[in-house]
Amino acid sequence: MADTTLSQVFSRGFLKENPLFVLLLGMCPALAVTSTVMNGLGMGAAVVFVLTCSNLSVSLLRKVIPSAVRIPAFIVVIASFVTVVDMVMEGFAPELHESLGVFIPLIVVNCVILARAEAFASKNPVLGAVIDGLGMGLGFTFALVVVSAFRELLGSGSLLGINLLGQGFAQSPVLVMILPPGAFLALGLIIAGLNKLRRA
Amino acid sequence: MDIAGYLALIVWAVFVNNLVLAQFLGICPFMGVSKKVESAVGMSAAVLFVTTMAAIITFLLYQGLLVPAKLQYLQTIVFILVIASLVQFVEMVIKKVSPTLFAALGIFLPLITTNCAVLGTAILAIKKDFDFMQTLVFGVASALGFGLVLILFAAIRERLAVNVETPRSMRGVPIGLVAAGILSLAFLGFSGMVKL
Repeated sequence: MADTTLSQVFSRGFLKENPLFVLLLGMCPALAVTSTVMNGLGMGAAVVFVLTCSNLSVSLLRKVIPSAVRIPAFIVVIASFVTVVDMVMEGFAPELHESLGVFIPLIVVNCVILARAEAFASKNPVLGAVIDGLGMGLGFTFALVVVSAFRELLGSGSLLGINLLGQGFAQSPVLVMILPPGAFLALGLIIAGLNKLRRA
Repeated sequence: MDIAGYLALIVWAVFVNNLVLAQFLGICPFMGVSKKVESAVGMSAAVLFVTTMAAIITFLLYQGLLVPAKLQYLQTIVFILVIASLVQFVEMVIKKVSPTLFAALGIFLPLITTNCAVLGTAILAIKKDFDFMQTLVFGVASALGFGLVLILFAAIRERLAVNVETPRSMRGVPIGLVAAGILSLAFLGFSGMVKL
């Protein structure tokens, strides 16, 4: 980490190396849970927690874990924190837990988390790893919120359940945007738009 | 469950509730390995094997070990370990049997471990309280649905790469996602065909 400061480590997750928009990691949850902003935020919070904790643990254990079995070891660490999130969410936010469904346990196989453990946390000291986890997690959350805002606004005319585009639109919205095809279209268009902006 | 029930389950898993297009599981390999039909076929076969085996083994472990010991909360950890070892095994087999296929699948073979389709199918089967036969049929049918869509999509992308003038910002993943959206629209036509 000689060439990057901690603030750079933190901020690169948002735009320059955004896990979803630039690195194209974690597309499954990004497509599946982004039908409302609330779901996107809930998923993002869960990912921030798991990513930060797993980065912390992997960084602490980096000198103990033999490199031949590091991937299984990382996965076990990640799976433990995912189980924690799963139980906490079931206890305190049952509705959110219900609507995120199978995608909570599936955070285990979210490539963003394993990728950060392998590429960053296993090679860097604890403080940097935690900040990297926070930055990447928040960057992923930011991306989820962008996609879900796009979809909720067009698909039901509201944001966070608050009607913004008037009654007329809410009665006949672009329903396809909150259905599965809308997820693909929204993410495709947003990534294309960002590509365009980056080149300009 | 009778024969008609199993048929309904198959149609439901392959078309109505397709892994990729309706449940969004396995998007990474779907985008990554779908540039050539040939590698799509290889990937589908590997996923078919791993998903089916994983669904069966996780079912047995869950009902035989975790439920009696009241350790259901360990399911995520146990399942992912089972899948990781299975993938390792498949990787060794393919490397031995077909080095060309091994090279074509590249990084995506070990990545089946983190293919949410495999873990997702296993968890869904437990969530839906399927019995052994239902789990088996569900595992095979889900993987077939994945394979069907992956191969269809690879064929579309082969054409896209040659015949279509794509704007520069849309090239690669964005146009792929939009094409997947259109394919998903087509599959939306199956919804409501089978109620489960």
